Amino acid sequence: MYDKEKQLAEDFVAKKIGRRDLIKGMSALGVTTALASTLVNAAATRALAQNGFNWRAHEGTTIKLLLNQHPYTDAMIANLENFKALTGMDVQYDVFPEDVYFDKVTAALSSRSSEYDAFMSGAYMTWTYGPAGWIDDLNEYIMDPSKTNPDYNWEDVLEGVRKSCAWNGRPGGALGSDDAMQWCIPLAYEQNNLTYNKRVFDANGLSVPTDLDSLVDTAAAAKTAMGDGYGIGVRGSRSWATIHPGFLSGYSNFGQSDLTVAGDGTLSAAMNTDVSRNFHSKWVEMIQNSGAPDWSTHTWYQVGTDVGAGKSAMMFDADILGYFMNGAGNAEAGNLAFSAFKANPDAAAPTPNIWIWAMAMSSFSTKKDATWYFLQWVTGPEHQLFGAQDMDLVNPARSSVWADEMFRNKLSASYSGYVDMHDVSAPGASIKFTAQPLFFDLTTEWAAMLQRMVAGEVPVDEGLDMLAESVNSQLAEAGLR
Amino acid sequence: MSDTSFNAPPRRRFKVSRKFLPYVLSLPALLTCIGILIPFFTAVWYSLQRYRLSQPWNRGFNWGENYLNFMTDDAFWNTLQVSLTYAFFAVTAQLLLGLGIALLLQKRTMFNNFVSIMLLMPLMTAPALAALMWKLMTNPGFGILSYLASLIGLEDFRWASDPQTAMLTVVIVDVWVYTPFIMILLLAGLRSLPKQPFEAAALDGVPRLFVFWRITLPMLTPFLLTATLFRVIESIQQFDIIYAMTQGGPGNTLTVFQVEAYLNFFQSTNVGRSAALLMILWAITYVLSNIFIKNWLRLREKQRGEA
Repeated sequence: MYDKEKQLAEDFVAKKIGRRDLIKGMSALGVTTALASTLVNAAATRALAQNGFNWRAHEGTTIKLLLNQHPYTDAMIANLENFKALTGMDVQYDVFPEDVYFDKVTAALSSRSSEYDAFMSGAYMTWTYGPAGWIDDLNEYIMDPSKTNPDYNWEDVLEGVRKSCAWNGRPGGALGSDDAMQWCIPLAYEQNNLTYNKRVFDANGLSVPTDLDSLVDTAAAAKTAMGDGYGIGVRGSRSWATIHPGFLSGYSNFGQSDLTVAGDGTLSAAMNTDVSRNFHSKWVEMIQNSGAPDWSTHTWYQVGTDVGAGKSAMMFDADILGYFMNGAGNAEAGNLAFSAFKANPDAAAPTPNIWIWAMAMSSFSTKKDATWYFLQWVTGPEHQLFGAQDMDLVNPARSSVWADEMFRNKLSASYSGYVDMHDVSAPGASIKFTAQPLFFDLTTEWAAMLQRMVAGEVPVDEGLDMLAESVNSQLAEAGLR
Repeated sequence: MSDTSFNAPPRRRFKVSRKFLPYVLSLPALLTCIGILIPFFTAVWYSLQRYRLSQPWNRGFNWGENYLNFMTDDAFWNTLQVSLTYAFFAVTAQLLLGLGIALLLQKRTMFNNFVSIMLLMPLMTAPALAALMWKLMTNPGFGILSYLASLIGLEDFRWASDPQTAMLTVVIVDVWVYTPFIMILLLAGLRSLPKQPFEAAALDGVPRLFVFWRITLPMLTPFLLTATLFRVIESIQQFDIIYAMTQGGPGNTLTVFQVEAYLNFFQSTNVGRSAALLMILWAITYVLSNIFIKNWLRLREKQRGEA
């Protein structure tokens, strides 16, 4: 029935024809773009089956996944039938909302349950799961040609993102070092940049901020202009999640770090330097003058929905949050624009801290080789391209997908400045925290101190000294200082 | 029609000898106790260890060091103070309001019965949902309560977002959810009081305030103590309202025991400290329960003696 269409899709996957010819041919046959994309994805799966790798080695095996409710998960589930057809395996899964997701993961892993073979994880979480012996080093699979298909192309995964998921387990050890273990494999990632409301900016003659000072000023001007709304959305809840997006991206752009690692490997607090004090003062001033009135309870959700609803003029947070808020169903759909942001006027380029959604393999799985088949498929170029083109798998972690014309056009058509923003900031994008086992303790305390500074309970200078003292004491207690 | 029961084999009755009957009857309670005691002693075991999941190589017994560290730990003393403050204000407000409402609804009329049932509605709401509902109502942008506050001149009232008013806000939510519990308990108590003392007082023309202080309140004290016991134990263990509204913030304003223990376990994976915190909470709850129960028994004895 679809012979001609299938042939066209297969010719395209085999690179016998270009995208232009594919689209022309499909249009002539009356095929919609969505169907054409599905046919190309199916052809890619068939091509994958013919690359000489024995995809059916685990036929009949069932694996189970623990997944977070997310558009990345939607993309995975939408393409699952192709994996099943390719391998003859079955995949079961449980999906939990993000509020409880990591509690579920911790409970499953700490109880050494073999129920789940693989699960979605953030890179930061692997700093706990890895040393605890709950997840496997995936290097042994990636580097084994008998287990990994020849088209997997590991080097295609963006370097900063790939390395951010690898750690040698030594507190303070550099991410992605030669002796690092690959605790997880990126599905997609978020850079922290500016998402601003173009309608509000244009109507009030506001310019897109280019550094921290202009961010503070523009946020104040936007608040005045908006009346009911507020100038800038940034996270503020008492959680580590307040520190990692815009805050740390701006902070690290000034060359600052959370901790210093001495030659002997011991760690010390580094957040009470003069540059850090200056950064904190401006950040606190910005929130006090132009942030959300209930900033101290704001998670990513409130930050995103406020900019999508037109309550805030901009946000310094995950770019993909802006991407989703610019979609249908939001009051400001189509009005949001994106800009790479470097807080330090003297910095050469933005250095966004990143959040990565990745896949990790449970050490308690009893079907590790079969699980690896799923992991290499879901993080492979074919699924990533499908997710990026047909679903909302932004930002994909593979450079080949970012080079894809159809994906770039899709983004450029509806998301003003998104591709440029990504291209400018991607080279400097990586995790800026020091990998160490007290990550969640110290960053949560940092967030709590930031709340006290914004509330005026403690001056910035004094607060940072108190924070550094407490951090050092906790590091010493844990034998890390 | 055939009578199938005629051919059915006689039913065998499982007989338990009288010797074992008490043990069989107490088996469910025994199993429940085991289900409680195993986690309890596991927590005691963990609380005596340096045990952080992210540092498995560091695990080992430190024999009470977790507890000793609390003595010099400002965060712990803050947690203790916040938990007790929260419990005190929440339970006091609930007792006053619950008693007041129960007195108003004491007379058995159709209207009073209807209102007392309607007032139970907050108690049917899951505390976490109630917290989210209040979070929306106190939103500075669109919350109805923020709007009402602005009408009385509180233009920039930030509710749970401000360290100055965060405690007040979560106590209000707790009061909203749990006052009906106290109200219904005291209402049942009031309606079960013997009528004679009140009739005698009415015949003698005793002022109503005097009747309240000298007759109603003393006779109601066992009910008050029971309600207080339940509410104090629950309030000092509060988690869902506070976590859903503020995650323990702003700053360390609302880091009560359960929030601190939860964050220590699930976020920091510091099992030893989390377990030690919960042991302290258990000890506080145990002491408070004993005080209340002893007083309750003393009062009961006294009332029996007077009767």
